[in-house]
Amino acid sequence: MKPVIRRFGDTFLIASFALAALGPIQLRAQGPEAGRGPAAAAKAAAPFDMTGYWVSLVTEDWRYRMVTPAKNDLMGLPLNTEAAKIADAWDPGADEAAGNQCKSYGAAAIMKVPARLQITWQDDNTLRMDVDTGTQTRLFRFRTQSASPGPPSWQGDSVAQWQAAVTPGPTGVPAPPNTLKVVTRNLRPGYLRKNGVPYSDKAVVTEYFDLFRHSGDQWLVVTTIVEDPQYLTQPYVTNAQFRKQSDSSGWDPTPCSATW
Amino acid sequence: MDILKRTSLTLTLILVAGPLPHAFAEVDLSGSWQARNQQDAMQRGPGPYPVDYTGLPLNQEGRANALSFSQSTLSTIEHQCAYYQPTYVLFGPQGLRIWTETDAVNGTTVAIKIGAANDRAPITIWMDGRPHPSKNAPHLIGGFTTGSWEGDVLVFYTTHMKSGYIRRNGAPASDETALTGYLSRHGDILTMLGIIEDPIYLSEPLLITRTFQLVTRAIRPLDTPCIRGYEGGPSEGSVAQYLPGQNPFIGELTNLYHIPREAVLGGAETMYPDYRKKLKSDFVRPDKCTLNCGGPGRGGLGAAVAAPAAAPGR
Repeated sequence: MKPVIRRFGDTFLIASFALAALGPIQLRAQGPEAGRGPAAAAKAAAPFDMTGYWVSLVTEDWRYRMVTPAKNDLMGLPLNTEAAKIADAWDPGADEAAGNQCKSYGAAAIMKVPARLQITWQDDNTLRMDVDTGTQTRLFRFRTQSASPGPPSWQGDSVAQWQAAVTPGPTGVPAPPNTLKVVTRNLRPGYLRKNGVPYSDKAVVTEYFDLFRHSGDQWLVVTTIVEDPQYLTQPYVTNAQFRKQSDSSGWDPTPCSATW
Repeated sequence: MDILKRTSLTLTLILVAGPLPHAFAEVDLSGSWQARNQQDAMQRGPGPYPVDYTGLPLNQEGRANALSFSQSTLSTIEHQCAYYQPTYVLFGPQGLRIWTETDAVNGTTVAIKIGAANDRAPITIWMDGRPHPSKNAPHLIGGFTTGSWEGDVLVFYTTHMKSGYIRRNGAPASDETALTGYLSRHGDILTMLGIIEDPIYLSEPLLITRTFQLVTRAIRPLDTPCIRGYEGGPSEGSVAQYLPGQNPFIGELTNLYHIPREAVLGGAETMYPDYRKKLKSDFVRPDKCTLNCGGPGRGGLGAAVAAPAAAPGR
């Protein structure tokens, strides 16, 4: 028996070193990120549950969000001169008349609009976000459509991905996803701020949705990065925060308005 | 050989069972993080209007305290070199320089440090499991902070601070204030959520979120040391404080932006979307911005943040 044990021991030893040389093994379920084998349905792979009703808390940029700012109030916005000229020509009455009253409710600005959200799974790979203020709907698709995109829209086409905070090195352990990353393109030109500050159809919106728990409450924090080669001199970075509600209290769909 | 086998067995079990939770959870936050101050640009840049408590869940006592504050307070000798509380990381203009202090023997993380700013003390986030001091322990300007990892998010908790502010216009924070912070890294972007709870001056927790961007140019943690000197403060015999009903700036936001005084003075109600509906019937939008309007070429306040230093290879 002794030689068998020794052979087992040697084999075991060799296997151990082989495993060590190959790098750590991750046996737990993986998210649908690229390069990790067959993708599970996004709903099943969700690292946290975003569904339900959420209410925004406006503690930042209050006077640009809770009331309609005056024309030319551009504080904080990394605009070029072309954008400033357009903002200077803002005419909310003309927007209303042209049916463009939703210009300040597009994907680049909607998370900053004081509102309640309802988040549901439309299907296993599409997260749906309804916003009561402006009655907007965003669709976060975890699997991109093979068909060509439709015409530009206020909410554009959003590609979603559960993502880890950091990427592993060449032999590193893939971390489990802990955030929702959403990239939105194909936008209809809109307003970054209610008072006519423009973003173009070239704008790309990258968002990170994080869930935090504190004292029995759940908080959804969105970090939004807007890049627009036409009107912005650098990326425009903002945050918005939402507290989860136990029910639909306060849910009040209201139409877009160019003036309020 | 037995030692080798035992080592290999341990190694195999670790590999098969998955990485150690501690090692798995820890994200490297070290580096210089430049503040992206586009949000709340005026508050985080030049400073807020003297009476602008919009979006702050102040209770009556907090509001009264805030209205008594005079900016001249900061020029009095005894206040000139007084640091802000750790809550200042949420509303001050500076970026963060973060590094880890490790145990010299076993290499585990003892603390994560956020370097000082020129008007904020350094924050030491103790990661070694030590408890917070007794509630009767002295309060320090830097407070006492512990932290832990929740997945890839660093959660820190600060107590034992001295009284201070939650906005740079004197909106107060008592020495009972507690700060819970969450640091979530997305590549080169760092999102910080701070939840400020104060049983003395706030009726609800105050949430502030801000974003930092990793840069390769080191953020200098400290400027020149603060040296006290005469700054032309209050005249002799006067006190840098406003008596009730005598704050001269109370109507400034109403004049400039037509924001009702009730909203200017804050309160939890002003944080919620429903309050916007309440404002709708009486609000008349000013025609054109006349002061602190930002925009291209206007003193840099169009962006209120310098573009991050070019990072080679990024």
